[in-house]
Amino acid sequence: MANTHHQLIILGGGPAGLTAGLYAARDRLQVMLVEKGVVGGQVLVTDWIDNYPGFPEGLSGFDLIEKMAAQAKRFELETKNANVVKVELTEAKKKLILESGEELTCQTLIICTGARPNKLSIPGEEELTGKGVSFCATCDGPFFRDQEILVVGGGDTAIQEADFLTKFASKVTVIHRRDELRATKVLQEKAFANERVEFIWNSNVVAIEGEKEVERVRIRNNNGEEREIAASGVFILIGTIPNSEILPLEQLGADEFGFVITDDEMCTRVDGVMAAGDIRSKRVRQVINAAGEGAVAAIAAEHYLYDWD
Amino acid sequence: MAGENVKHLTDAEFDEYVLKGDVPSLVDFWAPWCGPCKAIGPMIEELADEYAGKVQITKMNVDDNPTTPGKYSIRAIPTLLLFKDGEILDQVTGAVGKTQLVAMLNKAL
Repeated sequence: MANTHHQLIILGGGPAGLTAGLYAARDRLQVMLVEKGVVGGQVLVTDWIDNYPGFPEGLSGFDLIEKMAAQAKRFELETKNANVVKVELTEAKKKLILESGEELTCQTLIICTGARPNKLSIPGEEELTGKGVSFCATCDGPFFRDQEILVVGGGDTAIQEADFLTKFASKVTVIHRRDELRATKVLQEKAFANERVEFIWNSNVVAIEGEKEVERVRIRNNNGEEREIAASGVFILIGTIPNSEILPLEQLGADEFGFVITDDEMCTRVDGVMAAGDIRSKRVRQVINAAGEGAVAAIAAEHYLYDWD
Repeated sequence: MAGENVKHLTDAEFDEYVLKGDVPSLVDFWAPWCGPCKAIGPMIEELADEYAGKVQITKMNVDDNPTTPGKYSIRAIPTLLLFKDGEILDQVTGAVGKTQLVAMLNKAL
């Protein structure tokens, strides 16, 4: 199998990875970005982005990623479509083992593997995914035209998408486990003002039921009372979990949820290994700070390389 | 021109082209409002060039063609169905990478 060595490998092609790639390629590092799917990450499923500066009218997640990818390509960032199955780290060399058996090595590694939607882990969720259970309002919302659907969650994503889903659904009911929302005020105001959005507070979904497609869910309130609600769609928007399965987390250092811990320069405790974007342990997970962290990580990689050489 | 090997299917053409086709077919169910669908578009075009004559690479706009997606209970896109001899051989939902799709297509050869 072919083995390839680079000064820098960036693992993952979302906003953090593409920005790190832009900086590194522009600074003429010998760099390669490895992505298992298509570049973009979770931004691709974001219908509309109003809080990325420089685009006063806002733009779609797809358009933003297309621009980021084009900008990195302008500086000839090399990208490879491959599935990494294992990451092995020593101070001298960082090794990525691919599904094909091929091995990639590098002097510095920037981990930008991101995060993915969290699941409820309740009966029916897995079986009915794609058949009414969805983790992406933008992808699947239009299949629920004039139907009554549910959104589970109370954060930014849940509340923004509940509002968005009323473009299609006749009624959207938000089920939230607390009596108030975590979502930012401007999103809350919009959802409360939308007469097609309703709320069920202090309740958890305990099961999703249906023969071939979602027909109803079973919810339980904080007093332990259960009831059924009819719905053809359930959008589960309850935060994210890290894409960290291939990472040696004990060596890298991670928080209790499996997000990678770095310092302010995006360096992990393994020399020459940085992390940026949603895979990092942090409070704020926005496109803007993912991109910023990508830039910082690329510059940290350069510092490491120049001190070393 | 890029994409000339991709067949854009309608509901009316589906049975004749896919179920009764001489070679296997990949059907990419997509819509213009779907970011991940657009993201895999260029890759679908590449595959159409690479598999020309071996697997028919097709796309169906689910907004314009509701019957076929309904028949196959598609409620999430992009969904890619691989057909051989009128039956579904394999399927995948989401913006998957080229490596994974190549592995899937090779099952039909």
